[in-house]
Amino acid sequence: MAAPHLSRELPLKVAAGRTLLIPYVMAGLDDQWLDVVDAVVDAGADAVEVGLPFSDPIIDGPTIQEAGVRSIERGTTAVSALAQLARRDFPVPIVVMTYYNIIAHLGHERFAGLATNAGVSGAIVADLSLEELDGWAACADDSGIDTVLLVAPSTPPERTQRLCERSRGFVYAVARMGVTGERAELGSGVIDVVSKIRSFTSPPVCVGIGVSTPDQAAEVGESADGVIVGSALIRRLLDGEGPNGAAEFVGSLRRAIDA
Amino acid sequence: MTDAVMGDPGSNGRFGDFGGRFVPEPLMPACQELEIAFREAWTDPTFIDEYHTILRDYGGRPTPITRCGRLSEELGVDLYLKREDLAHTGSHKINNVIGQALLTRRMGKQRMIAETGAGQHGVASATAAALLGLECVVFMGEVDTERQQLNVFRMELLGAEVRTVTSGSRTLKDAVNEAMRTWVSEVEDTHYCLGSVMGPHPFPWMVREFQRIIGDESVLQMFESGVGTPDFVVACVGGGSNAAGLFSGFVDSPAALVGVEAAGGAAISSGSPGVLHGMRSMLIQNDDGQIIEAHSISAGLDYPGIGPEHAHLAETGRARYETATDEEVLVALQRLASREGIIPALESAHALAWVIREAGHEIPLGSKVLINLSGRGDKDVAQVRAILRGGAT
Repeated sequence: MAAPHLSRELPLKVAAGRTLLIPYVMAGLDDQWLDVVDAVVDAGADAVEVGLPFSDPIIDGPTIQEAGVRSIERGTTAVSALAQLARRDFPVPIVVMTYYNIIAHLGHERFAGLATNAGVSGAIVADLSLEELDGWAACADDSGIDTVLLVAPSTPPERTQRLCERSRGFVYAVARMGVTGERAELGSGVIDVVSKIRSFTSPPVCVGIGVSTPDQAAEVGESADGVIVGSALIRRLLDGEGPNGAAEFVGSLRRAIDA
Repeated sequence: MTDAVMGDPGSNGRFGDFGGRFVPEPLMPACQELEIAFREAWTDPTFIDEYHTILRDYGGRPTPITRCGRLSEELGVDLYLKREDLAHTGSHKINNVIGQALLTRRMGKQRMIAETGAGQHGVASATAAALLGLECVVFMGEVDTERQQLNVFRMELLGAEVRTVTSGSRTLKDAVNEAMRTWVSEVEDTHYCLGSVMGPHPFPWMVREFQRIIGDESVLQMFESGVGTPDFVVACVGGGSNAAGLFSGFVDSPAALVGVEAAGGAAISSGSPGVLHGMRSMLIQNDDGQIIEAHSISAGLDYPGIGPEHAHLAETGRARYETATDEEVLVALQRLASREGIIPALESAHALAWVIREAGHEIPLGSKVLINLSGRGDKDVAQVRAILRGGAT
């Protein structure tokens, strides 16, 4: 049984009044990474973002960089990670996050085929701009993979509108200008970027990059449809906390959001 | 957009299938703003005049062309050097940074960040920042800060902050990654002064335009000296800015254009198409699309990619790209030093090494050959001594 589809599942949950929680897990980080995916789902994730590592991740800060290096050194490839994903069923949508060279090198159709076979229904391609999107997005649309686009604090309104129209599954709202990583404070940018997106019709709006604590997740959940948490979870996994630690942390995020 | 070879790549920044703008959304507005600012500046006579005035009165331009008498005789070809080693800061990098520093000021930004490999672009950036009163932060891989310690100190003397990059392979590609990451966070008041004809549009085009002064001067100098169009125009290529600058002057001439890559970092000769640092170009990568660390004796050529316009020139056949090994480069450096009294940068010695190897073979005897001597070798003397005397790298 394939995992539920991103663009069907998320709007239903949002309509039902649930604030979405999307944790980020690095594929191939260790032997237990698939158990980590299961654990965060059990702890209340509404979708899981699975990172496919790339040697030169320019939007990622030190924590996710380290996880990527560790994963690549263990021999993880996009092909091996997707093959491992394909062996399990997940009750929530799976979104892969990677950089365009990983997809381009395999070829759009081959990547899309492997991803679909793995039950993946969404893709975030960090360095694939709206201007360069067409080749991949056409293939992804045909394969039933939602390509999720980012909107940043720096994105002008007219461009925001085009990104909202083209984004599938959800819109990834960048909380603040910078790379992925934990932040002590999120600042006021979140409300600004969310309201900028809300002025246009779009899929659900999920906020990521810098959201690190249960309090921040709860704060973001007040304006956005969902919350994406990466580095704060990855740091715990790098420290060896494993599936139990991941479940505990994601559970704390869930409770804070729902409170 | 024009279809001219080495012309304006248009708003999408394409050179055939290569180029483009592959950056995360937070950086897109900055790239677009930069393109607009550059387009305006590069048609503004006041800006162009200031750029040329600084390069003349401060940068030491035009740089001369020197005929190598003894080496020409030994090799059986007529060998000329475009002397970018005589430009201020010791390499062609000054041409680009003066342009970008002026543009930084024009955009109302107070700060430049830059990546550097050998340290030449870092030193040049720090110099231009000092001249125009801008803050400057230079990212440099840890491997490179160790083998180019004097350049680190030079940058600090010039008032720049040097940040050692310890991620990845700790060389040029990781310095670029770190500069881009920093640019995302500080894009509001910071310009990323990229050092070569690479990265997202408009950088490959803009940097080539700021470097085309090398080619424009050379064409005029070769004509005025009565030599005329060279048969071969040769330059070393890492990212490829000095080659792009020189080639742009001769692309519409009958001259054969030859770029020489480091054998351990040959993106054209041993790479494949891919996307890195905001551009689609030729890259050295493994079967999974992970970028492979380049290895070269010269820090400035330790880059696994190449500027997208070079990838295009290679694909169309207008330019050809060859390689030189570390051993050939060391021999070439010593030969130019002992025969002509010029110590070239290890980077520039790649171009010379190919000419030495191919004179009488690929290069017919009696050919007129113009090499871009892109930088001087002072920065490399300690390293070369260690290799020649100590057998260590």
